[in-house]
Amino acid sequence: MNAENPIWVLISTFGLMSLFAVGGAAAAVPEMHRIAVEVHHWMTEKQFTDAYAIAQLSPGPNVLIVTLIGYAVAGIPGAMAATLAMCLPTALLAYYVSRLLNRPNQSRWPGLIQTALVPLSIGLMAASALVLAQSTDRTIIAVLLTAMVAVIASVSRINPLWLLLAGGLLGFAGIV
Amino acid sequence: MSPNSAPAVQDSGQEPDPVTAPPGLAALFLAFARMSLAGFGGVLVFAWRAIVEQHRWMTADEFNETFALCHFLPGPNIVNLSMVFGARLRGIAGGVAAFAGLLLPPTLIVTVLAIIYAQFGELELLRRSLAGISCAAVGLLIAVVFRMMTPLFKRMDAVALTLMLGVFAAIGVFRLPLQAVLLVAIPVSIGATYFLRRKVAA
Repeated sequence: MNAENPIWVLISTFGLMSLFAVGGAAAAVPEMHRIAVEVHHWMTEKQFTDAYAIAQLSPGPNVLIVTLIGYAVAGIPGAMAATLAMCLPTALLAYYVSRLLNRPNQSRWPGLIQTALVPLSIGLMAASALVLAQSTDRTIIAVLLTAMVAVIASVSRINPLWLLLAGGLLGFAGIV
Repeated sequence: MSPNSAPAVQDSGQEPDPVTAPPGLAALFLAFARMSLAGFGGVLVFAWRAIVEQHRWMTADEFNETFALCHFLPGPNIVNLSMVFGARLRGIAGGVAAFAGLLLPPTLIVTVLAIIYAQFGELELLRRSLAGISCAAVGLLIAVVFRMMTPLFKRMDAVALTLMLGVFAAIGVFRLPLQAVLLVAIPVSIGATYFLRRKVAA
């Protein structure tokens, strides 16, 4: 494998990065920025910001910003290579760990550890919701929109897509 | 573990009936493709809705435990969840089917958007709409986090609720570094769970 081959650089970069991305893809975005903009100069500052916006705007897991970085480096093969490198090794790791923990006739520790992680995981998700709200909701109307959506989604069974659509329309109209 | 902590759902016209047999590979692929394509601003909201509420493939507690594991292992947590969840129902092939369903359609969409962006490079309108979508997405995230909490509230699990609030305050309010918080919180939580279970068993 040629060390200069851009596909190979993408695979090794994101494969390695994913192994340290504990707490989800959002935690890895600053590192992606450092590598793509500052170290390798794959993208300009504006290209990176726009890629982040496109990844947020598209449906699917937010990790897909790596697809866009891969595309900027090496076109469609780059996009595929970066996505798989970021997602597949850790997914397989999760598969093996989960199988290990759920093997029957084992000690009670695996189940105990999993139960113990639940409140921490929910606490972390709640914290990231707060952090996101603080960075997203810069106006009173934005705060109101977030609060309304939270209440409506909690008390009703409405399909969340309608709420997202309403948000998008309000944004498009320049109200939020 | 409570048999079904999720409130009864009658989703009219969404899915016919909760499936009792494990879904086939194609059904897994399609279910994850659907939640992924709906998942603007994050897939967790739609994963909870599909897996716990519509298909009832997992109880709220099972979902929480699976998600927590995927959350604390490295890598994008919903991607991990797709593999672990699919594999639990249908072995490694099921894991791959769910993984592919989650990633393939949005990867194609994002690539097409990248090509369009490379042609035009102007995103102002998109960005404005995105601002509104983001506000709504945060609201959805808040709502799903509350739903994930319901099993803890129903059991009045004081220790778990305290730990949850502690982590929330440490990271969300005081902005302490994640590693330091987890270094303290994980042993404390494991210890507390261990002693509680021993007390119950004794």
